[in-house]
Amino acid sequence: MMQLQCPWCGRRPENEFHCGGTTAIVRPPIDCSDEVWGNYLFFRKNPKGLHAERWRHTFGCGQWFNIVRDTVTHEVGAVYGITEAQPRAVDP
Amino acid sequence: MSGYRLAAPHGAWIDRSRALRFDFNGVDVKGFAGDTVASALLGQGIGHIGRSFKLHRPRGIFSCGLEEPTGLVDIGVGRYRTPNTRATDIAAADGMTAKTGNAWPSLGLDLAAINNKFAALMPAGFYYKTFMWPDWHLFEPAIRRMAGLGVAADGPDPDRYDEVSQQVEVLVIGAGAAGMQAALSAAQSGRQVLLLDSGPRPGGWLASQSLRSEANSQQRLDELTRLVAAAGVSLRVNCTVLGLYDHQLAVALETVNDGTVRERLWKIRAERIILATGAIERPMLFPDNDRPGVMLASAVERYATHFGVACGKRIVISTACDSGYDVAASLNAAGIEVAAIVDSRETNGRAAPMGVKVFLDSSIVAVSGSRAINSVTVAANRGGDAQAIAADCVASAGGWTPAVNLHSMAGGKLRWNDVASMFVPDLPLKGIESVGACAGAFELELALEHADATGRGNATPAPVGGLGIVPARNTPTLAALSTLGRRPGKIFVDLQNDVSADDVELAARENYRSVEHLKRYTTMGMATDQGKTSNINALVLMGELTERKPAEVGTTKFRPPVKPVTLNALAAGRTGERYRPLKRMPGHAWHETHGGLFEEFGGWLRPAAYCQNSEEVIPAAEREALHVRTHVGIFEGSPLGKIEIYGPDAAAFLDLMYVGTMSTLAIGQARYGLLLREDGVIFDDGIVARLGEQHFWINTTSGGVDRVALAFEEWQQCEYANHRVLITPVTSSWGNVTVSGPKAWKLLAAAGFDESLAPPNMKHMTMREVAYGGVKIRLMRASFSGELGYEINLPALHTQSLLQRLSEVGREFDAKPYGIEALMVLRTEKGFLHLGADTDGTTLPGDVGMDRGIAKKAANFVGRRSLLRPVALDADRMQLVGLLPADRTSRLPTGAHIVTKNPPAPIDGFVTSSAYSGVLGMPVALAMLKRGFARIGETVTLYHLGRTLRAEVVKTPFFDPKGERLEG
Ligand SMILES: [Zn+2]
Repeated sequence: MMQLQCPWCGRRPENEFHCGGTTAIVRPPIDCSDEVWGNYLFFRKNPKGLHAERWRHTFGCGQWFNIVRDTVTHEVGAVYGITEAQPRAVDP
Repeated sequence: MSGYRLAAPHGAWIDRSRALRFDFNGVDVKGFAGDTVASALLGQGIGHIGRSFKLHRPRGIFSCGLEEPTGLVDIGVGRYRTPNTRATDIAAADGMTAKTGNAWPSLGLDLAAINNKFAALMPAGFYYKTFMWPDWHLFEPAIRRMAGLGVAADGPDPDRYDEVSQQVEVLVIGAGAAGMQAALSAAQSGRQVLLLDSGPRPGGWLASQSLRSEANSQQRLDELTRLVAAAGVSLRVNCTVLGLYDHQLAVALETVNDGTVRERLWKIRAERIILATGAIERPMLFPDNDRPGVMLASAVERYATHFGVACGKRIVISTACDSGYDVAASLNAAGIEVAAIVDSRETNGRAAPMGVKVFLDSSIVAVSGSRAINSVTVAANRGGDAQAIAADCVASAGGWTPAVNLHSMAGGKLRWNDVASMFVPDLPLKGIESVGACAGAFELELALEHADATGRGNATPAPVGGLGIVPARNTPTLAALSTLGRRPGKIFVDLQNDVSADDVELAARENYRSVEHLKRYTTMGMATDQGKTSNINALVLMGELTERKPAEVGTTKFRPPVKPVTLNALAAGRTGERYRPLKRMPGHAWHETHGGLFEEFGGWLRPAAYCQNSEEVIPAAEREALHVRTHVGIFEGSPLGKIEIYGPDAAAFLDLMYVGTMSTLAIGQARYGLLLREDGVIFDDGIVARLGEQHFWINTTSGGVDRVALAFEEWQQCEYANHRVLITPVTSSWGNVTVSGPKAWKLLAAAGFDESLAPPNMKHMTMREVAYGGVKIRLMRASFSGELGYEINLPALHTQSLLQRLSEVGREFDAKPYGIEALMVLRTEKGFLHLGADTDGTTLPGDVGMDRGIAKKAANFVGRRSLLRPVALDADRMQLVGLLPADRTSRLPTGAHIVTKNPPAPIDGFVTSSAYSGVLGMPVALAMLKRGFARIGETVTLYHLGRTLRAEVVKTPFFDPKGERLEG
């Protein structure tokens, strides 16, 4: 069980959070093609290594935020706001 | 085997002034406080403990710790029984009952001849081959009778367990010399330190060396213990770390047994973890090495040092490592006779005690005796004459296996050390380091230096070594075996799962090369000891057979738990009703007094129906439903999901969430709405009411409110962050009392509700905030029954008194409570959708006829684009329709398939809801049917549990299609 840094509440155990998967996926407009919409709905990169993802502190402040996590070592390299851009040159 | 208790003062861990006795298979066993079950048994000369899993050979106690493969007993009786637990890990207690778990056909009856037949019948891969051919069922009854170990408890566990979370700066696992040193140094450098040990006392290997005066170990241990305490290290004994998890989380199990709880689960989060888990001795491999009396040498030493127990009267040491000589010295010092040291190496690094004969370059090739040892046969590795030595115990010292399981569980890699023939941790992990024997550091002074540096936070590579040269191979040569002049006995690699060297060879011959395949094919290492004493021997053998080094063979993956754990300890009291506590409605007591039959619905305890006399639920529900149609019914809907939405962008936000448009609602108006997932599937439904320009009241399904609130928050925070909206779930703050039926208003009027709320004055699908009896309530006119209905939302605390008042006033109108089942009958008669019953994970709004108006809507609501996907536009989709039995009398069971051909064949649809309509005098049903909307009037065939039924496809609602009854 990981420990995550909520920007509002500090370090808390993983079971207080809920993982929302890959972050910053752009929602296509209504007139997009079936293929574009299908990719948006169903396809994710699932990288081995660094992954930008969003989490919600469900059993705490209820806020969503972003992290960059190494999917192999679970090291968290960056924590940033849900509407903020991913910080560059993350070195976990 | 003829163990005995040594005279005082031997036995550092026992208190001879506190005698205890317990029962083992009906035998009265005497011991002392501080004994384990195993030490007390050995001290009384009991060596034969049970029979093996597969071949039913006699087995005894093999080790003195967690690694025990064979000394397994059931502790306690009845509900208190803990099956299949290690006698070496259980403290002996006065009055306890210990019992052999697996003794088929009996502990005493020797079935040597039959055993040999079993051996031939059950080679490696036996189970796999038997599953395949000829028919598993032929073998199953016999295998089930023979296999298995303990007997489970015969009732729910009455013991108590708890769980504690803890945060520390430095966690040191293992309180041997290296662990104590690391803890001490960490504490001295200002860190908060927790030190754990699985045993009852600290000291580890060092504590077992006190018989040899030259080792000076007792003084060193006393000094370390004193310093550790003085430095403020907190020490917890009898506490075994079961596993390491992400971000330095250790889960440990403490044996408590202090009259409050039996075991306590610790979840310890540490900034740094130092592993000091020591090493497990690797046994020598020789024929019949499974006989009771063949033991790990370090265990024989520990029984003497800690418990004052001699494991035999004449002990032979079989070794390939200098530590065998230290054991000989310890035993000698305790006055226990060492008959000989049999060393497979050509040279030894240490001298044997005076008068002990050493056989160099030799091996044990036979062990005589079945339930106890009489003698061993020794032969030179190059052959020649074999020699018998009288002995009742063999102490086996084939080298050491660093306990790397926690390092490996945490993701650490291993490296094979060719000199000492062991796997050691390769690189340290972030926040997790290893010291002492578990790091491969066996030279005490160097190990302590390394532990000190590590404790201070100056990590250096571990000083691997200190065992001299230990050969990987520890089986007798063919030349030595041939001196017997007969077929040698079986050499066991995995004692608990009865895996022999021949089985490993067979697996290699059948081309199982991966160690993971070897494990599964032979079941090696798959028993409750997880192969702690057998894995390295198995992969060395596998390497030899396939001409690979152990490093190339590799190890299997280590997984938690480190030792078997009581499931109740993991549950830590969250059992029975406490596993998932059910919510009770604010009016719970009122339903009890009215005979409510409570059942679970979506996490709430709710009355299914109010049965009269010996009435069953379904007839009661049909009676209640009819009563609502003819009189008036009272229903508590408090679990109905409630969310309030505030903010300048509340209306715009709801347009993005709902299929319908909510921004056009006038204040006081309410509208039904569907919620979709982004893939278009129906996710929840309910009524939205506008209470103010920037204020909405939302009802969701009872089970769905948490998901809906989460989804709203996710969309608001992550996608529509510019929308100024506050989302507040308020389900439990508000009670809900629903009054339905033609006399609903009559009842409310009599109860004092203002005339302005009467049906002509207050329209259907509107909501008002009014005061009633001094309490602010939110009154909605809505109906899930099709009758005139009022939903009275009020502060939860007042629910009970409102129910009370309505039932008192309602006597005049024959008002009766109705339950969930009646509500289901009423809504089925009206063809109203019930989410999760009529819909599933594929249902789109168009499938249930709720896609009208979408094209005209402006907002790109959640799921909208998905309704244009080819799958959504498929003309063959199933659609929700009504069904009436062709004979108008047969009930149409929920789940029945609508078929076009005799099954098995693809189906055309299925029944989703079914009820007997009292008001119509016939059964009605809802169904999902392919192209259903176009098939009204058709007769279809239903198939259910071998029965076929005919039904007519009809339009819904079945009852009051014009909705005239809504006005009472
Ligand atoms: Zn938080």
